[in-house]
Amino acid sequence: MQLTLGPVLYNWQPGQWRDFYFRIAEEAPVDVVAIGEVVCSKRSPFFAGHMPAVIERLAACGKQVVLGSLILVSLQRERRQMAELAANTDFMVEANDLSCLGALADRPHAIGPFVNVYNEAAAAYFAGRGARRICLPPELPLDSIRTIATALCDVTTEVFAFGRLPLAISARCYHARLHKLSKDNCRFICEQDPDGLPVATLDGEPFLAMNGVQTMSHACANLLGEAGALAAAGVRALRLSPQQCDMVAVARIFRDVIDGSRTYEDGMRQLSRVYPDVPFANGFVHGEPGAAFIADKAGASLRARRPQAGGAMR
Amino acid sequence: MELICPAGTPAALRAAVGAGADAVYCGFRDETNARNFPGLNFSHEELRSGIAHAHAHGVKVLVAINTFARAGALDLWRRAVDAAVGAGADALIVADVGVLDYAARRHPDQRLHVSVQAAAANPDAIDFYVKAFGVRRVVLPRVLSVAEIAAIVREVGCETEVFVFGGLCVMEEGRCSLSSYATGQSPNMNGVCSPASHVHYREQDGELISRLGAFTVNKFSAGEPAGYPTLCKGRFQTAHATGYLFEDPVSLDATAMLPALRKAGVTALKIEGRQRGRAYIERVVRNFRTRLAELDDGVPAPLDDLVALTEGQSTTAGAYRKSWR
Amino acid sequence: MPASGSSTSRVPRVFALAGQVLPLLPLQPMLGACIHGIQRRHPQIFDRLGCHATKRYGLDPTDLPFAFLLEPRRVNPTVTAVRSLPRQLDIRITGTLAAFIGLVDGSCDGDALFFSRDIQVEGDMEAAVALRNAIDEAGIDLVAESVAWLGPLAAVAGPILQSVIGAPPGQHRSDPISETGSWN
Repeated sequence: MQLTLGPVLYNWQPGQWRDFYFRIAEEAPVDVVAIGEVVCSKRSPFFAGHMPAVIERLAACGKQVVLGSLILVSLQRERRQMAELAANTDFMVEANDLSCLGALADRPHAIGPFVNVYNEAAAAYFAGRGARRICLPPELPLDSIRTIATALCDVTTEVFAFGRLPLAISARCYHARLHKLSKDNCRFICEQDPDGLPVATLDGEPFLAMNGVQTMSHACANLLGEAGALAAAGVRALRLSPQQCDMVAVARIFRDVIDGSRTYEDGMRQLSRVYPDVPFANGFVHGEPGAAFIADKAGASLRARRPQAGGAMR
Repeated sequence: MELICPAGTPAALRAAVGAGADAVYCGFRDETNARNFPGLNFSHEELRSGIAHAHAHGVKVLVAINTFARAGALDLWRRAVDAAVGAGADALIVADVGVLDYAARRHPDQRLHVSVQAAAANPDAIDFYVKAFGVRRVVLPRVLSVAEIAAIVREVGCETEVFVFGGLCVMEEGRCSLSSYATGQSPNMNGVCSPASHVHYREQDGELISRLGAFTVNKFSAGEPAGYPTLCKGRFQTAHATGYLFEDPVSLDATAMLPALRKAGVTALKIEGRQRGRAYIERVVRNFRTRLAELDDGVPAPLDDLVALTEGQSTTAGAYRKSWR
Repeated sequence: MPASGSSTSRVPRVFALAGQVLPLLPLQPMLGACIHGIQRRHPQIFDRLGCHATKRYGLDPTDLPFAFLLEPRRVNPTVTAVRSLPRQLDIRITGTLAAFIGLVDGSCDGDALFFSRDIQVEGDMEAAVALRNAIDEAGIDLVAESVAWLGPLAAVAGPILQSVIGAPPGQHRSDPISETGSWN
């Protein structure tokens, strides 16, 4: 089972972003690193300067680098950026919508979790056009994952296994709207929330996290307990999505539990320490509400840690 | 511009035909369509007689098979495609690449439209569907401004259809898992957003409280207009503010944008609301038929006020008017 | 009050007062004839209701001193007039009599009545939606169904009943608000 580090979905400070990837390159036991600004094209200029050095370091440390495309492409400028990205032949491109698929046809590429691959026919269609890796949409249940993964044995099927779940994308920037700014003059206000802006229900229950034009779950996906079942279902990679926590430690815990050198129980305890105060969720893969946490198959009565009401309001 | 009208039942189809629709769109009574609501939609036999009725009045019928097929159960979607073609559908509205691929191969002469659920928001993505499956029309996501629509129309090799009235997704359609995060059921997988089976209303201390699954979506004070219990139109709180963080409970009404949409070269105008009653269909369709005639003749006609029919009892021109760009 | 301001009861006070003191028994034959007429003329309602046909619906017109218990079973469906609704209900729908009639004959859109707060729904929303969709499709002329059992008198009774019920709500609002929120 491979581990993939997904792209940073939040607006991090460029220096922090660079140092994060340098450390990942040196220390994290991940096989693949997907990189690039996939949420908001306005953010990408800040990282562009660091990109070559980061890619070089990752590749030098033996990581397979995959370049992610934008999830929602509507401006001419964005279309040009995606065309340039697709023209790159040094690294595999991960398509996060169908815009750059025409340019990628018939050469090896990856399909990201934002492309709707819900069944074996769609997966086979993309595989027939050159997709070598497919990260499935996070809301898919295990039955669907198994059917797709077993139908496509020459494609690496990947599942979103750690991090806040990306639930929706919009043309509207909610960070800008919340701060009464226009999207075009947003002052990059989303940089204030490098782990997402907590959104609670009127009862004060933490529920979602705002990330500019993207809406995330409050709960953090955690499929540590399902890694074995996913492997048995034919899944060959787990995606870890960067949060404001020690992602090197997260990768080590997943690696160790998958390899059998650490127990699941110990892994869960460690993950809770590495990323505290955020409940874990694995409902989607069990066909339940995505926010739910279903106790592991071994019967350990693990419950989602529920923070106190209003805890997310700080 | 063609007027494309919703029908959740045969009675609604007849109402739309009678009120001046150029085409009616509808779906089968199962998870193959994105309005898979209890008591709604067409049996295969109802579709056949509905198409016969529409064709007798010179009206087309477009069949929406626009959810994403469940892995291992593709036959349900394939059978829906075959049944719609067999019933004489004028076009199929499809979102899933797997289903599009099947329809294009199996029924090469059948007219195919890309559903709004496919989230084809720019010329490159649309071009992919045109080249790969020979689609003839794309229904554009409700995230585009009129200027962006005009640019798309100039560039793409197929017709365009845009929503002009009814429910408004503020998230890009077909790429939203908010509903399944709270309920386990999503538009993409099950054809339902915020399914009624997971919705609970409760009156408490003079407030109407709506909950979806385990989460409170909204609280309405007495007499305050209500909306659907969809998460994107719920009221939530952050450290900065409390309220409608994503979108108010409003409906789309692009009546004022009709001249601009025509100038942009849009082929067809779509009214949302297969889940709505005949009363809604009849009035909204008649109103837009009048507006289009007015646009053609240049003679102003009296306005019907449709706001009483709308979610939250208020309307917006949505992304069509992107003042912030 | 709802923004439309149109849900004011049209049921004359004298009828409402009479209902409070008169026994409900005479109402029952009319309801029985009505539901069996609907069963005969609109059998597709039960197909659309599916599993929700076995549920108990409480219909509570706010401007009448009694309510209705609807059990739309495929075999032997019943609607019963009751002074107060039992606790054991799957769904409770509250609104003016005119709103109910408008829903049944299709002159009102159920969602619009809900948005304007002209009707309230509690309980099993899926069953409520199924009933609404099934009835909307059927297009039932409730007034005609209600007086059909009167035979020749129906022609006279129909218009009288219609005038008592009044116009359906939610069709126009007195204070149209144009675009309220800006899209940002």
